[in-house]
Amino acid sequence: MSSATQIARDVRAGTTSALAQLDTSLAAIRAENDALNVFLHVDEEGADAAARRVDELVAAGEDPGALAGVPVALKDNLCQRGVPTTAGSKILAGWRPPYSATVIERLLAAGAVPVGKTNMDEFAMGSSTETSAYGPTRNPRNPERVPGGSSGGSAAAVASGMTPLSLGSDTGGSIRQPAALCGIVGVKPTYGLVSRYGLIAFASSLDQIGPFANSVEDAALLLEVISGHDPMDSTSLPEPAPSLLAHLEDGVAGKRVGVVRELVEGADDDVLASVDAARAALEDAGATIVELSIPECRLGLSAYYLIAPAEASSNLARYDGVRYGLRVDAEDVAAMNEATRTAGFGAEVKRRIMLGTYALSAGYYDAYYGQALKVRTQMIEAFRRAYLNADVLLGATAPSVAFAFGEKMANPLTMYLSDVFTIPTNLAGDPAISVPFGSGAGGLPVGVQLLGPGRSEAQLFAAARVLEVANGVA
Amino acid sequence: MLPAGWEMVIGLEVHTELKTTTKMFCGCANAFGAEPNTNICPVCLGLPGSLPVLNVRAVDLAMAIGLALHSTIAPSTFHRKNYFYPDMPKDFQISQYDLPINKGGYLDLPDGSRVSIERAHLEEDTGKSTHLGGSGRLQGADHSLVDYNRSGVPLVEIVSGPDMHSAVQARAYAAALRGILIATGASDGRMEEGSMRMDANVSVRRVGEGLGTRCEIKNLNSLRSLQRAIDFEADRQVSLIEGGGVVRQETRHWDELRGETSTMRVKEEAEDYRYFREPDLVDLAPDAAWQARIAASLGAMPAERRAILLARLIEPSAAQLDALDVVVDLGFDELVLGAIDANVDPALALARAANELAASSERVGALAPGSFVETLLMEQAGELSATQAKAVLLEVLEHGESPRAVAAAKGYKQLSPDSLEAIVGELIEAFPEEWTRYQEGDEKLAQFFIGQVMQRTRGQANGKAVVAELRARR
Amino acid sequence: MAPGLSREDVAKVAALARLTLSDEELDTFTEQLSQVLEHAKDIAALDLEGVIATAHPFGLVNVVREDELCASLDRDEVLAMAPDAEEGRFAVPRIMGEAP
Repeated sequence: MSSATQIARDVRAGTTSALAQLDTSLAAIRAENDALNVFLHVDEEGADAAARRVDELVAAGEDPGALAGVPVALKDNLCQRGVPTTAGSKILAGWRPPYSATVIERLLAAGAVPVGKTNMDEFAMGSSTETSAYGPTRNPRNPERVPGGSSGGSAAAVASGMTPLSLGSDTGGSIRQPAALCGIVGVKPTYGLVSRYGLIAFASSLDQIGPFANSVEDAALLLEVISGHDPMDSTSLPEPAPSLLAHLEDGVAGKRVGVVRELVEGADDDVLASVDAARAALEDAGATIVELSIPECRLGLSAYYLIAPAEASSNLARYDGVRYGLRVDAEDVAAMNEATRTAGFGAEVKRRIMLGTYALSAGYYDAYYGQALKVRTQMIEAFRRAYLNADVLLGATAPSVAFAFGEKMANPLTMYLSDVFTIPTNLAGDPAISVPFGSGAGGLPVGVQLLGPGRSEAQLFAAARVLEVANGVA
Repeated sequence: MLPAGWEMVIGLEVHTELKTTTKMFCGCANAFGAEPNTNICPVCLGLPGSLPVLNVRAVDLAMAIGLALHSTIAPSTFHRKNYFYPDMPKDFQISQYDLPINKGGYLDLPDGSRVSIERAHLEEDTGKSTHLGGSGRLQGADHSLVDYNRSGVPLVEIVSGPDMHSAVQARAYAAALRGILIATGASDGRMEEGSMRMDANVSVRRVGEGLGTRCEIKNLNSLRSLQRAIDFEADRQVSLIEGGGVVRQETRHWDELRGETSTMRVKEEAEDYRYFREPDLVDLAPDAAWQARIAASLGAMPAERRAILLARLIEPSAAQLDALDVVVDLGFDELVLGAIDANVDPALALARAANELAASSERVGALAPGSFVETLLMEQAGELSATQAKAVLLEVLEHGESPRAVAAAKGYKQLSPDSLEAIVGELIEAFPEEWTRYQEGDEKLAQFFIGQVMQRTRGQANGKAVVAELRARR
Repeated sequence: MAPGLSREDVAKVAALARLTLSDEELDTFTEQLSQVLEHAKDIAALDLEGVIATAHPFGLVNVVREDELCASLDRDEVLAMAPDAEEGRFAVPRIMGEAP
């Protein structure tokens, strides 16, 4: 599939139509979706209408938008009006939201064509898309392997060429890790850069929506469209969308790149090799490399697995069978709540709800959740200090290449470790991007992670672009 | 009254709905009596993906309440109070916990006592359920229906210290608080509509001992119920203890018809609400300029306004003091002060405001103060009788015309002294017995003659003038 | 502070969260959650006196909106997605006990 940038250019120029692009996308989906289980729902009717609108605008000589005619896949935790939205769970089976997320409104306003909702770990809790109530998604690079998670479906949509762009969400690495495992670009923006209105919440203080793409340029294009202040989200940053495309070729000459020990230690050799190669590439491009240590990162996993489940336990309380979604009847409403939630939630969701409820409960709040919040403050300050000595940080995205199905499901802790390099940035609220760089065992892709201070996406993308070029992408 | 040696201790928690146009966290209408579920949106319905955004007017009104209660306005935070109940769409309530917007304060009562205020904080209201099958009460219902129109309506909860020691005092506190809530514009004080709800915490102790176990009586919605419920509960507790029993800490319900409190729920284990900071909202820290704006917009509170008006009355009778309360309560004190400043007799101005204006209170907002003054000056000058003055006022309130025009239209002419003399002369001849008694000193008969004059002149005579004529002839 | 997570703790927490667990699940979850909390002990053991929790990583405060009406949802559309509705309201099985 052509790049999003190219498609938009061609559609605006009239050399191709949005409908034609949609056809290509739908054909690719039809060919592979049964095997890969990428899409939970393909919205042919809606996509058709959106594509027609774009073509009409072009025909009328009006501006159809920056993403004119570009097919986009949406993670199934994004509310889209009238379209089934399940968050990968049985408890929302069949639910059609009466409203759309802000990011989707912005996509439509920019002429993009949403084609459907992609598979994910249930309520975004997972790192392999294996906890989905609708079956796992297979990694397009090797169908015997997981695509990563929780945004596995969105990553696979782009990696398989079904759509040039997709949206995912990242709470502890759920965009970056699948991007790395599938060999594509994935971005977690600065907390508050992209509106969360319409994103089915997992952990409110950590969740961010972000782009998947095959190129840094395409990712920048998508991020420019969806980011910027939203009055419907109190935590959204006050400023408008940043200018990213204009800075893509800024390069890294004179920049300091900090390689963070804690963001590589414990990674497999093939991953370490990629990080080394990336470091060399940045140095070749004129950056100075510094070795850094941010010991606070070691507490990241523990802090995260107290904060995220705590917020989730509260965010998921609303799924009680009263107003929408699944209801399992019972004699009284409390019994009905219980029967509904027991039937509707999978094991990982239950585990995290209980963990979170426990961490917040009387007598344990101070020791667990209260402490974790303080650790988070330390993490934020530690990163701020690190950025006194570096402009951009470099590390691994995931500890290994894509693993096999079932490999990490026996013990939840094993799965949680997949997020060890990505979690710190969610806690700090800073942006990070995973860029494919080299390949590892079995020819599977490896991603390296670039991190920057809050609101530094332009610089981050420029550094990512350098790596991309070094990796052979024009 | 409690038996000798016993004392009751009362603290009140008052919830008031705020008089805002829209709800606390969304733009749905804040309106009483609408068709069920017609004022709802993703936010107040708690749909997946929805986010709260704080209504600035709710903050303004909360601050006004705080200032009126002499509280300190402090930087504050919102917390989630987590529990399951079908009228709570998110199964948590956004409230304020350890950092409320208003801290401390006090309220002085007419009897000179001072009740401390612990805090007054912001929170959102829940939906409303109706219970079907059975008596319509909760117990014995077989299912319930929920209306979310009220969900998300802004509330301020005002918590007093345990400073009250009689039901009468508690009632006075509630009445005074209500007056303040109305005077600040924060509330309409309509208890019967549920816009102001009271919970009473009642305990008893032998004088000199420490605090006893308290019971909470929930959802009292009239001053009369408040007083009766507290008296009943205090008596119940004393009887229980004197009979060798122990007061259980519990929540009780007041039954207005049967005149007794009964157990709702025994607080064996305090509910674990797992309070934690609301991650979807940011902190609130109204700066000095904002606070000053609210302070400047705040008029005098009822107690102060009462004092100002009282100072203009000369040796007021008990009836006049009552009238004073009516006038302040209805907010007519400015009108009365204006009339007094224009040389209207204070007693007259007070009487006309407490009676004639009060009778058409909804229309007083549109009354031109000048019209009120003019009418009363005409009455005072003898140009209108009392009856005529009242009729003119009513007409002016109804139709907004000028008093002189109304008087002319009604043909109110002053009875000429000659005509009055002639009529009095006729009456003396017609009622010789009554005249003799009056001459002998029976003052009551003056009223008889005045009545007769009024009958013959169709209310056109001036009572004072009649009395003067009678006396002259005595 | 909890020395270890007991089966009773997990049962209590499940009830608070409106989840029913089978005996087997209770065992499995107790074991798994204990393991996670083992790691959380590093956090519990830290001396963080004086460290304050961060509200928003970029210090946003006083985010408010004007008191202006916005369109509400169409009731029919909303009730159409309800598991059970009656007379324009959401219907639920009987509620045992008043709101806390």
